[in-house]
Amino acid sequence: MSLQVSSPSESALSTAAEKRAIYLANLLDVSKRSPTTSPWLKELRDHATVRVQEQTFPTTRDEEWRFTDLSALLQTPLVAVEQPVVSLSLEAIAPFILPEAKASQLVFVNGKYAPHLSCVTDLPEAIVIGNLSTLAGTDGERLRPYLAQQPGAEEVFTALNTTGLSDAALVLVPKGVAIDTPIHLLFIATASNTASNTALIQPRVLVVAETNSAATLIEDYGAIGSGTYFNNSVTEIWIAENAQVNHTRVQRDGHHAFHIGKTAVSQARTSRYTCNAMSMGAQLSRHHLEIYQTGEQTETTLNGLTLLHGDQIGDTHSAIALTHPHGTTRQLHKCIIDDRAHAIFNGKVFVPKAAQLTDAGQLNRNLLLSSKARVDTKPQLEIVADNVKCTHGATVGQLEADEVFYLQSRGIDVSDARQLLVYAFAFEVIDQIAIASLRRTLAELVQCRSMGLRKAKI
Amino acid sequence: MIIDHSNVILSVKNLTANVDETPILKGMNLEVKAGEIHAIMGPNGSGKSTFSKVLAGHPAYQVTGGEVIFQGQDLLALEPEERARSGIFLAFQYPLEIPGVSNLDFLRVAYNSKRKHQGLEEVDAFDFDELIREKLGIVKMDASFLSRSVNEGFSGGEKKRNEILQMALLEPKLAILDETDSGLDIDALRIVAGGVNQLSNPENAIVVITHYQRLLEYIVPDYIHVTANGRIIRTGGKELALELEERGYDWVLEAAATGVAS
Repeated sequence: MSLQVSSPSESALSTAAEKRAIYLANLLDVSKRSPTTSPWLKELRDHATVRVQEQTFPTTRDEEWRFTDLSALLQTPLVAVEQPVVSLSLEAIAPFILPEAKASQLVFVNGKYAPHLSCVTDLPEAIVIGNLSTLAGTDGERLRPYLAQQPGAEEVFTALNTTGLSDAALVLVPKGVAIDTPIHLLFIATASNTASNTALIQPRVLVVAETNSAATLIEDYGAIGSGTYFNNSVTEIWIAENAQVNHTRVQRDGHHAFHIGKTAVSQARTSRYTCNAMSMGAQLSRHHLEIYQTGEQTETTLNGLTLLHGDQIGDTHSAIALTHPHGTTRQLHKCIIDDRAHAIFNGKVFVPKAAQLTDAGQLNRNLLLSSKARVDTKPQLEIVADNVKCTHGATVGQLEADEVFYLQSRGIDVSDARQLLVYAFAFEVIDQIAIASLRRTLAELVQCRSMGLRKAKI
Repeated sequence: MIIDHSNVILSVKNLTANVDETPILKGMNLEVKAGEIHAIMGPNGSGKSTFSKVLAGHPAYQVTGGEVIFQGQDLLALEPEERARSGIFLAFQYPLEIPGVSNLDFLRVAYNSKRKHQGLEEVDAFDFDELIREKLGIVKMDASFLSRSVNEGFSGGEKKRNEILQMALLEPKLAILDETDSGLDIDALRIVAGGVNQLSNPENAIVVITHYQRLLEYIVPDYIHVTANGRIIRTGGKELALELEERGYDWVLEAAATGVAS
């Protein structure tokens, strides 16, 4: 006779592991409930389902999730988005409309395409733009080979998004077409705080910029209502030879939201990609930003701003995989952290032997506005090539007392002085955004946040 | 200029102050009247710069005793921004760089803070632009300085001219220039001094802190004070500067130590 005795801690561990397994299975179940009739889409979804089933729900014992505790999400049971979709008026989404892109916008409500809110009449005919169902036929065929094909598609949350793939924002900029009008992809979540069910929302974006094309893109996540939801978004961008994409990503989800987002970008020879990523919403957010170089002499510029207060957790995990010579990457990520908030930055840059003459620079700067604010920063450069220029740096600091005094000595209130300095810190990133109205909105947002700081501090 | 029966702008009595528990000011006494220009000279570490920062209200300095009356009110009871709005201006020895804040915005916010304090309406961007362009001429600055970040990438001379531009805009009752001449070439020095002289009038007063007699050829003081060990040990007219230039500080220090006037 043998007796199996497990220690209490072991059994606690296994119970927690079971709980996570059940949660992931439930997520998968909820995700797969979103409808599809297309056979090829079903095949894609089935494949992703297997990928999810092979994995476990991440914990802080996983190196990649060491500083980002998902237990708050684990305690939030999720359901599929209710059908039919909540109907919103144009007035209701007015605060999110960008004047520069009011006739070049696609709007999705709770992950579902909202045709009555969308308008693309300012865009040239040549552009293929729409959602999965409207772009059936040949236009859709042109995009199909790209969907869910980025490296890293197996990652558990990315695969989860694919398991429920039924709608997506699609943009194809044909060969040689350069569009000045920015394209606004707006994803609105409508979660009221009285709703008993927490929705799993899985926005999806696919952008293909063909050879010698150019486009400016704004990917924007916002909320109407302050309820809880889980936004699990995936954006895939393919940039062909000598094409350029200027991408601004704004994550202003509701205060109780969870947000896990993926941006995967493949860059062909002599292509140029700029990402301005603004993260300021959600109680817990994570942005995976992955750049894959597929040809030489690519240019990559990553600007990021994370703005956190209260008990927010905001994580940015970026990875730049260089595989060819003469690549240039510039990364600047800034975090402004107030109250008890917690920011995480992990920036990987891979420079293997094949990526000779790479010029890579990375800088992470963090401004802590309270004694309880926290940041974990981890630059991670893996360099094998021997003829490269790679720099990285991380700084953590507070507002300089001397700078505050300088402004005070000119008659400026201490609170206004702090606000001005916080704004100045953020400005370096906000100023990179190509759309003036969005720059203004974000600048105001930063200023409002630092006014919150005034109330707290004085 | 010394004006009979003019108002006392600043009255400092037995002022003592510490930095990190170390006494730096050990009984400063100074009276400044409207219209006057005072120069404070003295060896390094004698308390000149500390004195200017204490008057402006720098939080790193703790006042441990004495009183400062500025235009009839207790200056030490005021926050730094309140001191500025009521008419104290400190031109910094090392003006700070503030990347991300345009010089124009900074100047407008500062100007409007003062207007608000005076119960006047704030000036909008358009009117302010006109006003500031007038003031630029005082320090011979190009309008392109306005769109740049505050002091960022400015040369030493440009930073000091920017300080005087702020002074021209804020029209203080008492301007304290903390080693504004340090590190300036002769052209920049002339511009800075010329600006200060244009701004000097019978209603305000200026305290110039300097190491060098050179500045005092351009900004001619009514009084020169010599500091040592945290207090003023000698006060004289403008001719004292020449004597200090020739003989150094030692004779003043010795005279003060023995109590003998030379």
